[in-house]
Amino acid sequence: MKKIIKNNILALAIISSFVLVSCDNDETQTVAELTNLVMADEFDIDGAPDSSIWTYDLGDGTQQGLPSGWGNNELQVYTDNSENVEVQNGLLVITAREASSGGFTSARIKTQGLFEQQYGRFEARIKLPQGKGLWPAFWLLGSDCDTNPWPACGEIDIMEYLGDNPTSIFGTVHGPGYSGGESISKEYVLTDNRFDTDFHIFGIEWSPNQINYYVDDVLYQTITPEMVSDETDGEGTWVFNNQPFYIILNIAVGGNLPGSPDANTVFPQRMLVDYVRVYN
Amino acid sequence: MKTLNNKILKIVFPTALLLVTMISCERELSEDIEPATFPNTAEIFTDAPVGLTDQFFRSFDPAAGANTDGFGVDNITVYEGSASIRIDVPASNDPNGGFIGGVFEDRGDGRNLTGYDALTFWAKGTTSGTVLVGFGTDFDKLETEPSYATNASIQMTTGWKKYTIPIPDTSKLVQEKGMFLFSAGGFDPLGDGPNGNEVAWTFWIDELRFENLGTSRLINPFILAGQDVVDNQFSGATLQIDALGANFNLADGQNLSVLTDSGYFDFESSDTTVATVTSSGFVNVISPGTTTITGSIGNQQAIGSLTINASGPFVNATDPTLPQTDVISIYSDFYTGVTGLNPGVFAGPNTTSISIQSSAGNDHLRFESIDFVGIGWDGTVNATGETMVHIDVQLTSASGSNLVMELLDFGLDDIDNGFGDGSAGGFNLSSQLIQNQWVGIDIPLNGFTLGTGGGGSGNPNLGNIGNIILVSSNGASFLVDNIYFY
Repeated sequence: MKKIIKNNILALAIISSFVLVSCDNDETQTVAELTNLVMADEFDIDGAPDSSIWTYDLGDGTQQGLPSGWGNNELQVYTDNSENVEVQNGLLVITAREASSGGFTSARIKTQGLFEQQYGRFEARIKLPQGKGLWPAFWLLGSDCDTNPWPACGEIDIMEYLGDNPTSIFGTVHGPGYSGGESISKEYVLTDNRFDTDFHIFGIEWSPNQINYYVDDVLYQTITPEMVSDETDGEGTWVFNNQPFYIILNIAVGGNLPGSPDANTVFPQRMLVDYVRVYN
Repeated sequence: MKTLNNKILKIVFPTALLLVTMISCERELSEDIEPATFPNTAEIFTDAPVGLTDQFFRSFDPAAGANTDGFGVDNITVYEGSASIRIDVPASNDPNGGFIGGVFEDRGDGRNLTGYDALTFWAKGTTSGTVLVGFGTDFDKLETEPSYATNASIQMTTGWKKYTIPIPDTSKLVQEKGMFLFSAGGFDPLGDGPNGNEVAWTFWIDELRFENLGTSRLINPFILAGQDVVDNQFSGATLQIDALGANFNLADGQNLSVLTDSGYFDFESSDTTVATVTSSGFVNVISPGTTTITGSIGNQQAIGSLTINASGPFVNATDPTLPQTDVISIYSDFYTGVTGLNPGVFAGPNTTSISIQSSAGNDHLRFESIDFVGIGWDGTVNATGETMVHIDVQLTSASGSNLVMELLDFGLDDIDNGFGDGSAGGFNLSSQLIQNQWVGIDIPLNGFTLGTGGGGSGNPNLGNIGNIILVSSNGASFLVDNIYFY
């Protein structure tokens, strides 16, 4: 009896390692190869986010020269208050709140000017909020967007999520000829889990002429210059070989994409980030 | 013989066995011991019943209006495979019963459903009718056993659609016989409420099973429908925490509210010297003070609570002393009186509640925040031979609450049909009321001189009294006992 059990365990171990090995060998399932860690925030120190890595986008977008609502008719005002963004118990907590005055507050933090990198593996482990109107994201913007206006500077959305679709996220690139509603995007759906009840890993591995998107251990999308060309009838330009990008984490509320919160949306809602890691 | 002994041991001492198993990993278990679990069969109906009782469908009581004609299996309209369940919902005026419903029960000792997190099925209807569906109802379950009944209302569509009814706590259903419940009434095309004009319709159910989806999220359990209720009670009172359930968010982002029985819940009293609460949500008020009863499923706190402000033991109204032969009693434990007493034959739209309470075997009527209520009984009484009416009232709302007592005489035809032959008059009790104290009020029958809210002009006839009406212009709450003419 005992022997049989041991054999079973051994068999399981063999199968697992076989799966792992076979993953690496499978040409279509190269999830991530880069392992040289160059930046990590594990969010282990309580308080405000580490100011050597993170800074803030504040307000409603008008200070950045955008129409109120960050160009998307979003409803939130971003703050750097601890009730909207704080490191707590090993997690970065971004909280979207309904203000007593009727609007919404939230937070958007970024590594602009503090950590910018061209190419590499950008990864975060995140648990997402729930409810219509919530629009959290983990994304990258080109470092020259101030002088080379979006979409020419490029945008890589590693993870976007709508709170009324709790089993689905999407990964997207925006560039000249393929931005906003015309961006190049793919949805990834969990069939046996949700993004708001457990942590999941969202990442890209970005190399010259290629961006691979993965969730947990699944590679679900590869975007290349050929794909941009095909999707845009040759009009779109690949802008991801030119410059470093910086990281953004935020929760937007309302706006063109998610629509407004409804009666079932409960506030506050939180995005919990266990870590952000960058490899090359 | 050895096997038998081990089985008995297994049933009586499952914890002890588990302990033995854990501390003796190196030793093989006796082959006579089997794991004490029940089958975990997921399927309920695919193309045929799976592991259900021979009768398959067990109807609600036909005496209560359940129609047993409309249940069957369909081999033409199917979602998958060769058969589906077809349910022909009767019209509300069907002489064989105005609704259809019942349960499917496991044919064995029950199933272990702890590996699943939802009941799922595909369904469609001939119209967008509503059906109550769920699991955990077993007609043979004893009231003393914990119940895990879980039900939700779903609306059918005319195309096949998959429905999910989440299990509020997957760890609880270790031996469940109630596999499925449905209940449906006629479709109401006019949307004018249940009034007998609902029409027959049909729906189909296929691929009925338990599944482990992982895609439902328990947002919050609730007790008392999620309301924070404050209640003034006396020591010795007993209450049931009800309106239990849980709100879920499903894979498609839609919310679903399920109603459940108490088996999933843990209840807690913040001060158990004031009141205790049992595992089934039954509250015993013990002594004066304040306590809050809350509930939870697993480690998730339920919304809703019951705060009890308890005072000392309830004091009943003073016992009447007149002999039976001298009174015509409307309501009293001490006299034989009218039959068919109904403390709320009618009530104004703002009346919160009307109930009969008991303390030490003595009943009284409880009225909460009334605008007006009518106390009625079988037939009418003739009080022409009497001169007085007695009523005991304890005001439970604030001092200054207004309360008028009216007598309504139906007239010679004994029918409440207006003031052709009927008459009514009122007497204002307000000035005599004392908060939280019984007051015995004796009113001369010629004292009902006020006009009434219903149009009576005062000084009613007394030969055919059919209702005593209590009216408050500011939402009085009060207790009533011992109403009699003498």
